[in-house]
Amino acid sequence: MSNAQNPAVAADLAKTDPAAAKKARAGAARPRVRKVDGLSRGQNILRYVVLSIGALLFLFPFYYMVIGSLQTTPDPTIAGAFPNPANITGQNYVDINSRINLFQGLVNSGIFAGGVILCTVVFGVLVGYALAQLEWRGRGVTFGLMLLVQVIPFQLLMIPLYVMIARDYGLADTYAGMILPFAINSTAVLVFRQYFLQVPRALFDAARIDGAGELKILWSIALPLVRPALLTVVLLTFIGPWNEFLWPFLITKETSLQPLAVSLANYLTNVAGTAANPIGAVLAGACVLAAPMVILFIIFQRHFVSSDIGSGVKG
Amino acid sequence: MSSTVSSGSVTPSPAARPAKPGGGGPRRGRRRQLLGRNPLGLLLSAPYLIFVLLVFAYPLVFAFYMSFHDYFFAAPGAVVDRPFVGLANFQEVLTDPAVVRSFGNVGIFLLINVPLTVVLSLVLATALNKIVRARTFLRVSFYVPYVTASVAVVVVWLFLFNSNGLVNQILGPLAPDPTWLINPLLAMPTIAIFVTWKQMGFFILLYLAALQNVSDELYEAAATDGAGKIRMFFSITVPGVRPATVLVLLLATVTGANLFTEPYLLTGGGGPNGASSSPVLIMYQRGIEQGEPGIAAAIGVILVIGVLILAFAQRKLAGGDES
Repeated sequence: MSNAQNPAVAADLAKTDPAAAKKARAGAARPRVRKVDGLSRGQNILRYVVLSIGALLFLFPFYYMVIGSLQTTPDPTIAGAFPNPANITGQNYVDINSRINLFQGLVNSGIFAGGVILCTVVFGVLVGYALAQLEWRGRGVTFGLMLLVQVIPFQLLMIPLYVMIARDYGLADTYAGMILPFAINSTAVLVFRQYFLQVPRALFDAARIDGAGELKILWSIALPLVRPALLTVVLLTFIGPWNEFLWPFLITKETSLQPLAVSLANYLTNVAGTAANPIGAVLAGACVLAAPMVILFIIFQRHFVSSDIGSGVKG
Repeated sequence: MSSTVSSGSVTPSPAARPAKPGGGGPRRGRRRQLLGRNPLGLLLSAPYLIFVLLVFAYPLVFAFYMSFHDYFFAAPGAVVDRPFVGLANFQEVLTDPAVVRSFGNVGIFLLINVPLTVVLSLVLATALNKIVRARTFLRVSFYVPYVTASVAVVVVWLFLFNSNGLVNQILGPLAPDPTWLINPLLAMPTIAIFVTWKQMGFFILLYLAALQNVSDELYEAAATDGAGKIRMFFSITVPGVRPATVLVLLLATVTGANLFTEPYLLTGGGGPNGASSSPVLIMYQRGIEQGEPGIAAAIGVILVIGVLILAFAQRKLAGGDES
């Protein structure tokens, strides 16, 4: 990732990152602006110092997580922050796996997140299209609801949802019960709507004049156009359920159904004392929980650009 | 509140759209009047609308209903009497020192978390905005805590802020005793700093988006007039991103009101002695563990009213959303 330091790759970056591209263009077309924006050498160094200290503070705990998960005996001293070949082991991963089934936990987290993503993409595209391109009674109300939903704290709904889903519908300890409250991510709907808004209406009207039915238009014109938004939406939606703790914690008592975040937290609060190196084992579990999201994020980070999400949040 | 989020986004429906070929006729006309030009839109939105009704609207009404009743769990299908008790739940909640303390704790949390979040994320976003070198690397490092599960990073913080953890090793004799998370005075501030660190990436992202809307010409003009960098920051950048600041304030407040995972895991359920409990933690303990959902619902209702009041005050304070 740090290859952006290389000027040759900076051009490549400009190709992929719209914000950077915009900047590069602005810089090329209006050198004066660049000069105004450009800081003196000292200020520029200061800026990088601030950013680097920030980056260190943000990344260090992750580095420490990995180091700690590989230590035979926990070494909280300053020297322990550096890898010590004499004190490295993979045993913590074996230990945590014998207490909580890591694979099963990952599968459960995957099913939970996958179900949410599936519902969000399928239903989100439909409502996003309807909001952006169709005229129907209730459109304004639906749009208002979607914005309102985003500021309702989920925790207020926790108790009634628990009563409804676990008690009335009998969905405790099921994947459906886990997925239901998160099924359609409203921010993702906003992102879809934003993409469909960018498509000129004339395109759809032309298809109508040519006699295409509404469903045909949706399937053959709208869906292919929105494909670039798909990855952004998937990534955005994935974060929520993968990291969610409270709801699956309430709804699953059956350990074989718990997402990894829940089983790891239960291990931490209940039985951590029984392992040989409890801290190492918990950190190993934390690495397994964090890794999929962090890796996916790093691979697809350019789809997580401010313009997409920002427009989604701003509406 | 919704207008904060929706600024300038409701598309005006174009007055003249070509009618569908072959359209017309009185029946069609009436249907159009009833359902709009493209009734299909309603059909496509139906799953989402049902979802919102089921998961948001109904539970919201249900929460208010519960808070005014002596609600308790019963076997599904059993007909039980859950009498209306008026404000008794609220009275019990507001006179319970543990609940009052948890609201006070959220206050401490917000006092630390909100200013820290606004200032640091704006400064970091500004620093990040115009750089070219290492941009991707820096951006990713700032976002990583945000995309990672709280449960995973909580574990590292536990390790770091242990009594003999790395932080205290570095501080040496300056290390607090009792240590951070079991110190009644420091437990809540430590949680506030943890959450600030965890959520900062998202707020940097919001500010970066907002900074794209601040016109370069303003900086150019200010530079011509001889303004320094710091002056420009306060006179152009800060007012320029004001709508984003309103949003950041609101979202940071909602995050504080939703606090659960951190006190539950970092301080073993709101310890020491309730010094880091949060309303949602007490909702969980009273509502689910002790089976008093009416009490929990009352706490939830008070919490939401509190958030609404704070959000309104912040909007006034931050100057609102001009657009």
